Amino acid sequence: MQSGDASASDPPRATYWPRPPLPRSWTNRLGLNLLRFLETVHGLGAFALITLGVVISKFRLARQVIWPAVTREISRSGSRLLPMFLYVAVVLGLLVIGQSVSWLTRVGAINYLGGIMVIVVVRELGPLVAGLLVLARVGTANVIELGTARALGEVEALEALGIDPIHYLVVPRVIGMALGVFSLTVYLILGALISGYLWAFIQDVPLQPGEYFRQLANSLGGMDFVLLALKTLAFGFIIAIVTCYHGLAQPLRLEEVSQATVRAVAQSVIACVLIDALFIILYLAS
Amino acid sequence: MTSLPATVPIFEMAGVAFSALRPPRSVIGEDICWTVQPGEYWAIAGLHGSGKSDFLLMTAGLMAPVRGTYRFLGEEMPIFDEARLAHRLRLGLVFDGGQPFNRLTVRENIALPLRYHENLDTAEADARLDAMIEHLGLSEWANTPTGGLGRNVQKKVGLARALILRPEVLLLDNPLGGLDFRHSDWWLRTLDQLSKGEEVLPGKPMTLIVTTADIRPWKGRAGHFALLANRRFSALGDWSGVEGATPEMMKELLPREPGGVDASALI
Repeated sequence: MQSGDASASDPPRATYWPRPPLPRSWTNRLGLNLLRFLETVHGLGAFALITLGVVISKFRLARQVIWPAVTREISRSGSRLLPMFLYVAVVLGLLVIGQSVSWLTRVGAINYLGGIMVIVVVRELGPLVAGLLVLARVGTANVIELGTARALGEVEALEALGIDPIHYLVVPRVIGMALGVFSLTVYLILGALISGYLWAFIQDVPLQPGEYFRQLANSLGGMDFVLLALKTLAFGFIIAIVTCYHGLAQPLRLEEVSQATVRAVAQSVIACVLIDALFIILYLAS
Repeated sequence: MTSLPATVPIFEMAGVAFSALRPPRSVIGEDICWTVQPGEYWAIAGLHGSGKSDFLLMTAGLMAPVRGTYRFLGEEMPIFDEARLAHRLRLGLVFDGGQPFNRLTVRENIALPLRYHENLDTAEADARLDAMIEHLGLSEWANTPTGGLGRNVQKKVGLARALILRPEVLLLDNPLGGLDFRHSDWWLRTLDQLSKGEEVLPGKPMTLIVTTADIRPWKGRAGHFALLANRRFSALGDWSGVEGATPEMMKELLPREPGGVDASALI
């Protein structure tokens, strides 16, 4: 055994990073918020790229542990939410289709129903409502679970065991949530379109079921299916990334978990709306 | 896993400085020169806040040293890349509170590293799991989520989880912290067995590094002692080095107990 003492020189004082200056005017505040925004975008972008890298590079690693976890997450973000989604589909059918059919009949524009339904329900409301509901039910739970695990040192424990926390904690959630939002959107759209017609039927609107579904089929193009799939997968991916990032990617204390949850929800909503705007451009271009 | 050549030290640190995990970037220990040979049993003493846990995290490779060079079994640390992960897994770490995954049961906690690294399904991992659970007296709680269990059980789960990968070196952060006499005695006996290669992992003498706020229980058990205080790491040698420490060191090693009783009189 060979050992030695530490240096006898007087140790320098601990080095601390300077605190950012407090905002003294609205320009300072604006600048500070802009810097924070850029920092968040940078962090989220890096986290998303790292996660994609782990999905690809560790696809075949520890399948006996990861794939059961993926199945659990698909159940959590998908099939377990189905009853709530069917309820929302019925309500959405009443609010949008039931009322639209009634009003279009009064103004003699019932021939436009298919096009309006495709734009409102299939392209816009269906994916967005599905994404926001999954965010509320599962995304918030993600931040709380991961934030608590982080605060209790479980992430360090995973690292000590040589288990990549992104691989074990984030990858199953990202895959599960992307597939969950996609599947639930399909059920939500189908439920809303069917229940909407039923509401219209109750109101004695002179529209035959065959005519209603023919209008819908004529208004749907191949690009609608492709973009719907891409959009819902993107919603699920981004919600999982934002919520996991806020729960996991930075050191948290237990009392900070609630703030992290609020931040994650706000940023997820903003990100989903931005993605939605991007897809509007794609729809208009197609 | 391969056995170690006798000439390769377990740990070699030269001029190492380390920071706190929280908040990061504040240096809390520096100029550390330390070498540990295979089979040694070290007790590192230090008061609360002296940086023992962070030193252990740095030694385990969970964070990089701020300065200096640090080698584990001849390889530069920390190791984050997948290709050298097997080398890092020759080292196990037991956290102060065990740090179990609260949503998993005791059995699932212990099985996780085994199943992850060897890609085993639940049934395939059972044989090794059952032996470990029985050795460490955890059978009673095997299917209970760890979140609601007592500190002693959680610490044991942390130990079992580290041992299931059969490491050659074990780092333990304050293993006796918060335990009563009976449980402390169990830990001291178990660590003795691990050090000698008996009972829990037979035929496999382990290199042990423990941190502690109270150095007295380790007298006659650990062969090497060190002190971490005032950002300095001082290797003291065997127990005679502890008894021969300077008065300033004695204050850190054997702090005066509440009520004015001088703890050094108790050794």
